[in-house]
Amino acid sequence: MSAPLDAIDRALINDYQGGFPLSAEPFAEVGASLGIEAEEVLARITRLLDEGTLSRFGPMYHAEKMGGGLTLAALEVPDDDYERIAEIVNEFDEVAHNYARDHDFNMWFVIATETPEGVAETISRIEAATGLVVYNMPKKEEFFIGLRFEV
Amino acid sequence: MDDLDRAIVVATQEGLPLSLRPYDDVARSVGLEPADVINRMEKMLKSGVIRRNGVVPNHYALGYKANGMTVWDVPDDQISALGRRVGALDFVSHCYHRPRHLPDWPYNLFCMVHGRDHESVEKHTRQILMILGDAARDHRILYSTRILKKSGLRLVA
Repeated sequence: MSAPLDAIDRALINDYQGGFPLSAEPFAEVGASLGIEAEEVLARITRLLDEGTLSRFGPMYHAEKMGGGLTLAALEVPDDDYERIAEIVNEFDEVAHNYARDHDFNMWFVIATETPEGVAETISRIEAATGLVVYNMPKKEEFFIGLRFEV
Repeated sequence: MDDLDRAIVVATQEGLPLSLRPYDDVARSVGLEPADVINRMEKMLKSGVIRRNGVVPNHYALGYKANGMTVWDVPDDQISALGRRVGALDFVSHCYHRPRHLPDWPYNLFCMVHGRDHESVEKHTRQILMILGDAARDHRILYSTRILKKSGLRLVA
């Protein structure tokens, strides 16, 4: 169990989901804005990562803008084979996230590849490895990607 | 993006080094000056290759335990206008137009809604329904029941 967040943890999480400084001593800059030392900012981020309050810290890259491919895909997995199929799908480096969801389409994952063609190729390999149809649902239009969780 | 940008991506995609001068560490590992790493990352941020730089909260750990992927069947010729309105709602974190797979999957608008519990996700879903009105021919909420895998995007070195 993680300790409750104090006001400084919350400020760190609310204020720095973007805009972490690109400078020689970024933790010192953040510390100045929060009224604490650089070392304490670093220690807090390290602790929040260790506790699982933060899942990542650093740049979030945009697959398509890097020239890569990205899609959302779904599988309809028989319940009694679910764990085995999840293991097979998760083994693929191209599978970035994978969620179980309550629908006949019960496994949803993001495929990120270095080239646009990599998506179709990865889907074929997942179909071959699982024996299931992969429903490919690439975005046709993006309306908004919200940034923030307020804590 | 050139090979040096790529090297920076590989060095940072799992996260920034947890040191007081993290870009110095990145610079050492890719064989550049720290100022070059910072300049290149600034350019990547500007061009959108880096979506953002900072902390990524785990919404599960923060008490947003219910994550509902709401999916909607709306007429294709209205989806852009409607998607923009729904995407602007503060409880919607992602909103996309995606293809249908008929007959099993009639839904073309995907809106991710986060809440502390199912009740709050359902309340938010009703707010989306008010915006979409008769254009929403059908909809579902798919709750995530388990995270099977979560890793950032990964380039191979």
